[in-house]
Amino acid sequence: MHMNLSDFEASFLFALFTSVVMGIVTKRTDRERVRYGLYVFGCFMVALIGLGWLMHFGHG
Amino acid sequence: MAKPKQAKQPMPPLGVWIGPVALGWLIPGGGHFLLKRTGRAILLFLSVTLMFFCGLMMRGTMFQPQDGDLLTMVINCGGFIGNLCSGILYLMTVWLGYNQPDMAGLVHDYGTKFLVTAGLLNILAMVDAFEIVAGRKN
Repeated sequence: MHMNLSDFEASFLFALFTSVVMGIVTKRTDRERVRYGLYVFGCFMVALIGLGWLMHFGHG
Repeated sequence: MAKPKQAKQPMPPLGVWIGPVALGWLIPGGGHFLLKRTGRAILLFLSVTLMFFCGLMMRGTMFQPQDGDLLTMVINCGGFIGNLCSGILYLMTVWLGYNQPDMAGLVHDYGTKFLVTAGLLNILAMVDAFEIVAGRKN
């Protein structure tokens, strides 16, 4: 079985799994965990899209 | 104003924490399961395992420790430790003969990173299990 993902799909999965674990291990209450997990996921997405556009304009 | 210095917390006895931490290494989320944090254990297990399987399906490479210049040694030894920290997932993969050569390509590259990151996330889960045993977290 072989998985062929685009840059965005692979980065999205990476962000999803990482933010779930970061949320669980970092905070002390469930509410804080959910909020922090969403925050980390949002940061990943902003960085991913921002850097994508930066590279797009950088290449001209 | 400077914060008051926190007193160093004592290390719990080895016999208390070694079980959850070792089980957490062997099976991702196992330490939390042993400590009766079932919901968190399931989420950790799913996240680490799915990440590892995605890495395998993208045909990522497993690192092997290598001698050579400092950078080669750090990258390969660090990668090997990251892979090893996935516990049973890594061991089963090696025992079942997975041997993907390092190839150029976007998907292979992502796969390699997924395999290492799964192990690194499992280290975070092990540390969390330790902190719960030590009473530093609920």
